[in-house]
Amino acid sequence: MNVAEKPVIAPESLIGQRIQKKDAPEKAAGKTRYIQDMVVPGMLHAKILRSSRVHAKIKSIDTSAAKALPGVHVVLTAADVPNQQPIGVARDHLPLKGERVRSLRDEIAAVAADSDEIAEAALKLIRVEYEDLPIIAGPEDAIKPGAPLIHPAPLDADGQPKSLPPKTPVAFAGKADNIAMRFDYTHGDIAQAEAESDVVVEDTFQLHYVTHCCMGVSGVIAEFDASGNLLMYSNTQVPFLHKREFAEYLNIDPSRVRIIQPPIGGGFGSKLDIYPFEVICIFLARAAKRPVKMVFTREEEFLASPTRQPVLLTLRSGCRKDGTLTFRQVHTLHDNGAYTSWGATTPFVMMQTFSSLYRVPACDYHTTVVYTNNPYAGSFRGYGNLQATFAIEQHMDMLAERIGMDPLDFRMKNAQDAGEVTGQGMTFKSCGFKECLTTAAERSDYRRKHADNIANRNARGPVKRGIGIASMLHVGGGAKIYPSDGCGTILKLDDFANVTLITGASEIGQGSETVLSQLVCEELGLPISAVTVVNNDTAITPWDVGVHASRTTFIAGNSAIGAARKAKAKILAAAARKHGCDEAELDLRGGFVVVAETGEPLVELARLMRNLHFSDKAELVMTTFYYEPPSVHQDKAFKGDVSAAYAWAAQVVEVEVDTDTGIVKMTKVTGTHDVGRVLNRLGLEGQIEGGVVMGQGYALTENLIVDNGVTRNPNFRDYKLVTAPEIPEMDITFVESMDGEGPQGAKGVGEAPSICIAAAAANAIYNATGVRIFGLPFTPEAVYRALRGATPKPHWQAWKPA
Amino acid sequence: MLLKHDIEFTLNGVRKRVTVDITMNALDMLRDVVGLTGTKYGCGEGECGACTIRVDGETRNSCLMFAVDFNGRDIVTIEGLAADPKADALREAFVEHGAVQCGFCTPGMVVQASHILDTHPDADAETIKRGLEGNLCRCTGYKKIVDAVESACCGGR
Ligand code: FES
Ligand code: FES
Repeated sequence: MNVAEKPVIAPESLIGQRIQKKDAPEKAAGKTRYIQDMVVPGMLHAKILRSSRVHAKIKSIDTSAAKALPGVHVVLTAADVPNQQPIGVARDHLPLKGERVRSLRDEIAAVAADSDEIAEAALKLIRVEYEDLPIIAGPEDAIKPGAPLIHPAPLDADGQPKSLPPKTPVAFAGKADNIAMRFDYTHGDIAQAEAESDVVVEDTFQLHYVTHCCMGVSGVIAEFDASGNLLMYSNTQVPFLHKREFAEYLNIDPSRVRIIQPPIGGGFGSKLDIYPFEVICIFLARAAKRPVKMVFTREEEFLASPTRQPVLLTLRSGCRKDGTLTFRQVHTLHDNGAYTSWGATTPFVMMQTFSSLYRVPACDYHTTVVYTNNPYAGSFRGYGNLQATFAIEQHMDMLAERIGMDPLDFRMKNAQDAGEVTGQGMTFKSCGFKECLTTAAERSDYRRKHADNIANRNARGPVKRGIGIASMLHVGGGAKIYPSDGCGTILKLDDFANVTLITGASEIGQGSETVLSQLVCEELGLPISAVTVVNNDTAITPWDVGVHASRTTFIAGNSAIGAARKAKAKILAAAARKHGCDEAELDLRGGFVVVAETGEPLVELARLMRNLHFSDKAELVMTTFYYEPPSVHQDKAFKGDVSAAYAWAAQVVEVEVDTDTGIVKMTKVTGTHDVGRVLNRLGLEGQIEGGVVMGQGYALTENLIVDNGVTRNPNFRDYKLVTAPEIPEMDITFVESMDGEGPQGAKGVGEAPSICIAAAAANAIYNATGVRIFGLPFTPEAVYRALRGATPKPHWQAWKPA
Repeated sequence: MLLKHDIEFTLNGVRKRVTVDITMNALDMLRDVVGLTGTKYGCGEGECGACTIRVDGETRNSCLMFAVDFNGRDIVTIEGLAADPKADALREAFVEHGAVQCGFCTPGMVVQASHILDTHPDADAETIKRGLEGNLCRCTGYKKIVDAVESACCGGR
């Protein structure tokens, strides 16, 4: 269109609109190629032999028959890879286990063959002799005096502990006890706060095993080029950090490792760590000198994926008659499983909820993470916060009841406000917590229903209705778990005014591509379709610390905006030069450079861009980076900030409890989230709804049954995900607290929606029945028993270091 | 020795002749032999619906069928739905309503939804939810999927 024909263009914003996901058409047509769909010419297919014992010494491994099978290229055991480096957060295991297996998922051998079937057949030919060791089936057994050690120190010929150089990794040096990690935190004077309390409650809560159940199973392809450079097609959520680690395992320069991330069939935190299968696949590719692809079966996915950490948690809380919280004291015991992954560090996030979700003058928190012979726990959406919130929000209701105060009023009285600095030193610059509480309560008619349900508890009929509320606090502005929390952007403008956005931030289905495009288009006045996002190749994209901690919109968003603003300044300066005006008078709208005040179009952007490309000083590639704003890092005592911004939410859950069968139906969830600002309304709703239903599964149906180290239900039939007919009605609303540092005011929200559901469900079941249940999940059997007083309260002797 | 069998069937409107091992699974044949990867493996046990296809109009979990079961049948996969204007509208509805996140369940969902649309053109949300009961999604919480299918029913009420 000619500028002359173009009517004035009014300012229009994309922020808060319902923007369709850029990758959705491909996905809905079945054209997207996930790792499972990829074929690299010449590739072999790999399988892993896992332990058939929970805890045992390996006496011998015989792979000769497997090696002899036609179609088998490589069979590897620990003996074939003499220089294995330990992996994991605590460097406590080797990818291939040679001397000892510590859980049923342990990797003993691996095969690369012409087909999956041949690899599978080869595994059956491998003979392993074991010598069984005593099993540590739960965390309480792990800390008993004299408990067998999961990682004993190696002995020398005389049976004495070997002397090893300091800093030898746990995988080689072992551990003198079964304690993988400890966290101790305190603020305020607990004894005095307890003395000043009118009411004190103490309970133990028990949280169970669940796992991510990404619909796309795990997979990886590894290949080396002729010069020994490694190329990996990987589903990792943290490509840049993994590059370095893979290089370390191979003893090569990290610059020789390139990671390409095909679209991912679900992440939810499961792909934050390096897992043995990835390293083993690299070993196979190196040995076979061929590309090797390894993809799990669903059963394997259940057996060998990380879990959410099971926790035993004792909480002691107090308040005054007027409803002021006085203190919280917490002792927890976490089942780490046999090895240490990110799950071990979830207490770090739990601590923030205990110390800072409400104003608590004194908080004392002790966590012990112990080794057992169970599957090992990783990071999972919410990162410990579901467990902490489950306990805290039940106690909020219990304290309120004890002092005869409405649970909502009690929460409002202790809720944080903007500007507050908590006992832990977290600074809440933007905080819509109270508005979340009142909005969710009003929209769900919480007060009236809460009172009615209590009055109706003894009415006739087996089905009782209940309503419960819970709140949450989570990082929403990145998370300083690494020394830095940065992300880079490269933005390229072409001669047709199309944008290529090259970002370090990965897309894992959550919609980051779309939201980043939206933020760029908001600056440049272009339609979303004008942006191509490149985000999945470490050889191309700038550095980023990965998709986790609800950080992408905030960190990568700010970085993308920075690049777009540079581009805009450059474009406007060029237009101003051409048209002899001041660039401050110009704006970009609807694909045109316009006069800001009148909206009169000056020149089509595409035309201007062509002109600029043919001039000799165009330089239409912008680069930026964004690091979290300067703020005080936490000190060794965990005091200080962990994020540039915090997300808040209150969720109200309504249930129907059939007291005859124990079946709990979740009928409605009313959630109000402080998201800073709504960017893509469609994507945001989708994330929240998905998170709510994931929380529903955690509360009601999902349970990975681990019995004496054996996972009993490694399939979808018995591990019950929520299905479509079971979902609650959902009323989701947003509070826009306009965070000063957030991209367009937004904060991260990816993890938030799952966090409160189980806690609110517990409060709702109590509201319906007068029975409080301290352990998850609320399966029909568990509820049926609890209603009949047949469930012993969880109990353990809070453990303190000797 | 593996027994082989010649089979002939219609795949997305095109006649096909394939020689397969009699033990070969239909999902593996579609993905690995024919090269249509839109149909997904989610469990291999009939529990997730990621592998849903249409067989003589009905929906089936292809992971539970043998390849030889295709003999003489009319098979439509997600790729074949491209030829069906009704299914086209359905796909657009998925995009428009935000029913796609990681997208791994989506092909199976769309195929299953196309069957709901054919058999229950007036389906309400409850009927749609029941119709999608066998299809698992870990990302969306199903709501937007149900919204999408509902909007496509009755040509978008
Ligand atoms: S792969 Fe067929 S139902 Fe899951
Ligand atoms: S969109 Fe990810 S499983 Fe459905």
